Amino acid sequence: MTEPVLRVRDLKTYFVTEGGGTARAVDGVSFDLYPGETLGLVGESGCGKTITSLSLLRLIPEPPGHIRPGSLIELEGRNLLTLAPRDLRAVRGNRLAMIFQEPMSSLNPVLTVGDQIAEGAIVHQGLSRRAARARAMEMLQLVGIPDPELRVDDYPHQLSGGMRQRVMIAMALVCHPQVLIADEPTTALDVTIQAQILELLDRLQRELGMAIMLITHDLGVVAGTADRVLVMYAGEVVEGASTPDLFAHPVHPYTEGLLASVPRLDRPRERLSGIPGTVPAASAWPSGCRFHPRCPHAWDRCRQEEPTLFEVGPGHTARCWLVVEPARRRGAAAP
Amino acid sequence: MTEPALVQVEGLVKHYPGDRKWWGLGAPRHLVRAVDGVSFRIAAGKTLGLVGESGSGKSTVARTLLRLTEPTAGRFLLENEDVFRLDPEPLRRLRRRMQIVFQDPYGSLNPRMSVRQTLREPLEIHRLAAGPGREARVRGLLEEVGLDPALAASYPHELSGGQRQRVGIARALSVEPAFLVCDEPVSALDVSVQAQVLNLLADLQQRRRLTYLFIAHDLAVVRHIADEVAVMYFGRIVEHAPAEAVYRLPRHPYTRALLSAAPVPDPAAQPQRIVLQGDVPSPAHPPTGCPFHPRCPHPQKNERCRTERPELREVDPGGGHVAACHFAEAPMS
Repeated sequence: MTEPVLRVRDLKTYFVTEGGGTARAVDGVSFDLYPGETLGLVGESGCGKTITSLSLLRLIPEPPGHIRPGSLIELEGRNLLTLAPRDLRAVRGNRLAMIFQEPMSSLNPVLTVGDQIAEGAIVHQGLSRRAARARAMEMLQLVGIPDPELRVDDYPHQLSGGMRQRVMIAMALVCHPQVLIADEPTTALDVTIQAQILELLDRLQRELGMAIMLITHDLGVVAGTADRVLVMYAGEVVEGASTPDLFAHPVHPYTEGLLASVPRLDRPRERLSGIPGTVPAASAWPSGCRFHPRCPHAWDRCRQEEPTLFEVGPGHTARCWLVVEPARRRGAAAP
Repeated sequence: MTEPALVQVEGLVKHYPGDRKWWGLGAPRHLVRAVDGVSFRIAAGKTLGLVGESGSGKSTVARTLLRLTEPTAGRFLLENEDVFRLDPEPLRRLRRRMQIVFQDPYGSLNPRMSVRQTLREPLEIHRLAAGPGREARVRGLLEEVGLDPALAASYPHELSGGQRQRVGIARALSVEPAFLVCDEPVSALDVSVQAQVLNLLADLQQRRRLTYLFIAHDLAVVRHIADEVAVMYFGRIVEHAPAEAVYRLPRHPYTRALLSAAPVPDPAAQPQRIVLQGDVPSPAHPPTGCPFHPRCPHPQKNERCRTERPELREVDPGGGHVAACHFAEAPMS
């Protein structure tokens, strides 16, 4: 198999809380991202998915946060955690780029979109202003903005939400990065605009061959776009599998609960089962398995011993004692 | 649709002045027709789902019905009272009969009031339950929405999003309304919590025989709760029908596109996506003819769509299915 373009091992990002405690927001996350693939990172608010993505770009404010020694973030063979600030800047926005959820607050309101797109090309590739402006227009064309020669001089407030997200994508892709981290790129958008942006990302990935890490709370978006999925809960990856495998044979009760919570258009209308309770606070993860207070199957072992990621099949892992003791599953076994 | 309706809305219009000439001091350049002639009925104990994207006017409908903002024209009968003609005092009394649950459970709770104070205030205003009865009422409301009564002493910042939304629902129920407007009540919540709150709303409706106007952008969420669905685009209802009919055979190409764009959490059953081009039109420059025509993917779209605005008409005699499309009889598959 080809080499992963991004290797993350035992990533731990902790924060000092106001009371002097420690919030273990990301607590030992490992994964590989291969060239050209889309990896979905799914979870609810507070599970650590955004902190994971910010850690990859080393955008964690220090203090109060810090990435623990022993963590590894390796992009194309280089450990980003030991890079000097200057070398890190050469990577960010160049080899590794990111788009954020809220396009309005992530764009500079007093610069034209052309200037903002051109900046990356000037800084990383040494283009002249004139060449960078031409590149900005090319990028606007690429992301499907009509009349790029006019729009290049627009300010962000003159554009609709969907157009702003296209500009964000143009900014991120101007240097043709190897890895694009997309943190909830369509969450603030209407569903018809979301469909446009997802289609755009899919087309650009095929044309430019980059790997995408797609962070989202929406299982529907993941099902339609990702090749593989990681499910996060309470700062940890609790399940990982290929997308078809995860949706057809979820193993972790949290994954099952999430799937049973989603209102469906493709199934008969029935009562949603939901998951009782809420995600705990990062400063006080429960003992043992962090999901046990909300889990319908939990028994003594779950309360006391923390499970590791067990292999349940080829490329399919789950952090659950049920893998070891399947007879403990309550009720009829999942089909 | 001749059964007695608890809620009857006819020709609801809300126009806002657009930006003004002379640096904001002169006459408005144009009118923003946020809601432009919306009519519907909801039978007692039923739910109408009102669906649309940002800017479609669905939240303006909610706010004008409660007269949180004054309508420009139209009529709203609630249990045969003409809400838009009421003077302030009778309107205050009628507010007991209609309540609203907002999207943002944080922004709609007063951060300086405890849960107890939040729930007692409407009881005091409407002089419901006095003395110890009031405390019992607070307790009962918290239990009814699935919260531990011990949370009565908490403040909003101490609660999770789901708990806050339950407090918002309890506050709305405290005055025993008949009609509840739910404006995107679950869209700010995580999916596992969203399911809990949707179930709660369904249970409360059954127990209290509540009538809901349920506003949302998510068609899958609406399907879980609505008896009928109305789809808004650009200030008007473009399709309205019993829920199953809308989902089974949408007659308006916009409804069809919305349904196809909704993400389906099953990689093996991905829908054939209709990706609409462009954005919702600017209210400053409304399109001629059918307001959807610049984005419409219907293969038979023609000159008529560009010039003549289709009215809502029945497409399925007796079935209560109306749509505003010249080609509603030949819907896109």
